[in-house]
Amino acid sequence: MAGIQLSNVRKQFGTVEVIRGVDIDVEDGEFVVFVGPSGCGKSTLLRLIAGLEDISSGELRIGGRVVNDLQPKERGVAMVFQSYAIFPHMTVRENIAFGLTIRKESKSVVEQKVAEAARMLQMENLLDRRPSQLSGGQRQRVAIGRAVVRDPSVFLFDEPLSNLDAALRMSTRQEIATLHSQLKTTMIYVTHDQVEAMTLADKIVVLRDGEVMQAGAPMDLYHSPANLFVAGFLGAPSMNFIAVSVENADAKEVRVSGPAISGVAVKTGERSYTTGQNATLGIRPQQLRPMSDGTGPLNGTVILTERLGSETIVDVRLNSNDSIVAALPEDTILHPGDAVSFDFDPAHAHLFDETL
Amino acid sequence: MQSIAGSKSSLTWAVHISVVVMVVLWLIPTVGLFVSSFRTADQISTSGWWASLFPAEQNVVARAADPDENRVADGRMFIVSGNLFDGEDKTISVWGTSSRAIDIYVAGDTADLGDGETITVQANGDYEWRGNDEQIAGRGQRVFATVTAPPEFTLANYDKMLFDEVNVDGMAKAFFNTLTVTIPATIIPIVIAAFAAYALAWMDFPGRALLIACVVGLLVVPLQLALIPLLKLHLGIGIGKGYLGIWLAHTGFGLPLAIYLLRNYMVGLPRDIIENAKVDSATDFQIFVKIILPLSFPALASFAIFQFLWTWNDLLVAKVFLIDATGQTTVMTNQITDLLGTRGGNWEILATAAFISIAVPLAVFFAMQRYLVRGILAGSVK
Repeated sequence: MAGIQLSNVRKQFGTVEVIRGVDIDVEDGEFVVFVGPSGCGKSTLLRLIAGLEDISSGELRIGGRVVNDLQPKERGVAMVFQSYAIFPHMTVRENIAFGLTIRKESKSVVEQKVAEAARMLQMENLLDRRPSQLSGGQRQRVAIGRAVVRDPSVFLFDEPLSNLDAALRMSTRQEIATLHSQLKTTMIYVTHDQVEAMTLADKIVVLRDGEVMQAGAPMDLYHSPANLFVAGFLGAPSMNFIAVSVENADAKEVRVSGPAISGVAVKTGERSYTTGQNATLGIRPQQLRPMSDGTGPLNGTVILTERLGSETIVDVRLNSNDSIVAALPEDTILHPGDAVSFDFDPAHAHLFDETL
Repeated sequence: MQSIAGSKSSLTWAVHISVVVMVVLWLIPTVGLFVSSFRTADQISTSGWWASLFPAEQNVVARAADPDENRVADGRMFIVSGNLFDGEDKTISVWGTSSRAIDIYVAGDTADLGDGETITVQANGDYEWRGNDEQIAGRGQRVFATVTAPPEFTLANYDKMLFDEVNVDGMAKAFFNTLTVTIPATIIPIVIAAFAAYALAWMDFPGRALLIACVVGLLVVPLQLALIPLLKLHLGIGIGKGYLGIWLAHTGFGLPLAIYLLRNYMVGLPRDIIENAKVDSATDFQIFVKIILPLSFPALASFAIFQFLWTWNDLLVAKVFLIDATGQTTVMTNQITDLLGTRGGNWEILATAAFISIAVPLAVFFAMQRYLVRGILAGSVK
């Protein structure tokens, strides 16, 4: 059991800086998810924590101890790899026991711990099989089992579900959530899938180009994203952005209008705006309500509809030539070419001082 | 492009015929040696090995049994009877009683030898020689016969070459000497190369790339270049000529290829597996022993086969580093070249010696050929 503190951690490969001064504070027992697009440095960050890469500068503490120069084995971490990384020449039992036999634990301890892990992961009947005889989901459970038996103070997961099919991904995701609630160990989980991030995390860290964009509880990030990147990354379908300029601003309200929309007043929030400034209005697709009488502020024609049953995703080209996406509840029948009009609650709109 | 998925190429038969022809051509010398090694010197000198596989026709001279001891009285006449070939399975087609006319009687005929003396010879060699007291005396009657004999093979050559202790040309000692050279000369380089290959593949240290380049560069150096300086070194440091010297020499000559092959195989093992073991607090040595070695078995086996075969068949290195004037440490290849000089005409000995020397490599190859194929291809395609 241990918390993890990264302060101003940097990592360079040659002259390329891939981690640019990251500060993250992971509390003891927390489930933290690193999320970001590919190449954002999230896996590198995890490997820095595991000790598989050297930290170029900055400080990494696990359980209060500076571990910058410690070997992976001295850090008390266990890691689950995307490719499972189980040993093909050993049975499941030997694979799970590997970390314990390396530490020369007594036979009875090994057997007891392996049995316990197997029971927790429901794979007692698989123990004498070879990895080649297992399905992808079972292999991933072996990899998790191997991490569990070692009683690490920190679990590190590197995109553990990426190689699984959709159904298996969901059930394994739930197993990991259950595992965390049973073990209450600090876990760091890397993924590019925002659904995994939203469902599993106590805290999400959104990364981009080796920098932390925002860190916080999933719903905090969803409801008040700090910038356009976080706003666009979390939520599916992603948030609509509309270019606007500020008409007038005061402490409570900002009135914006643009080619696509006119005269919308949104809450000022923590940022300050000046009249004439260019800004971006963000509206989640779920917030758009169709107006059958055509009186909404956003008007356009349907390009494409995707009917998912529980909701309908509509691609709309606005009269100003901007594209937006609306997620309408239940099954709504719209045809390409239909004229549509949308309204939204300004209280749920987000205003960003960045431009697209 | 249609032929890829659909109908077979019309030249399939040509491919098959070429394959068969090549295989046969390739095998003929070996089969010839193999067959010859089971024949006697006489057989080899009278007919080729290919003829020995079928019943052969030959002219033989046989003599009836000694009349003074074997004749039996029949009234006034005496009879000598028996078998010309002592019961051997030969069939007579034609025969005669004079060297000038060896084919004037067919089997079963009775030859008139004059004055009432006759001899009757059956196809299987049974004869009956009949005459008066004077005629059936002295030496036995000669019979010239054209016979068809079945194929005949013998293990006597092997018995002589391997188990006859007084035979100075024997292969037994050379066989064990070759084993004494080959087994350590296979194991030592593999052990060293496996460690080196792991370090070059998975351990980070400065100069690693340069070291790999050097090893690859050493592949280019011909071993002949090193013979004399190395022998001088061995003599200088007191190793001299002997098993230790040849083990070291074979190890040195084998290492570059061994390291190169094993490193390339090991570097292809998934990085995640090794990192996972590292996170699981395994040391480099534990990773090497518990993970890398078992997973590298195909590559180890294939190199072991190579090294075994070419140390087994080696003559040059053995002549330089091992064989001294006493001749006590001769190896099989050297023994065979000696035999070529001293017993060059005795093909039954040469063929047997050759087959003794290739028997073990053949067995090794057939026992491990699946590792050989897998090991060569390993790493080329994921």
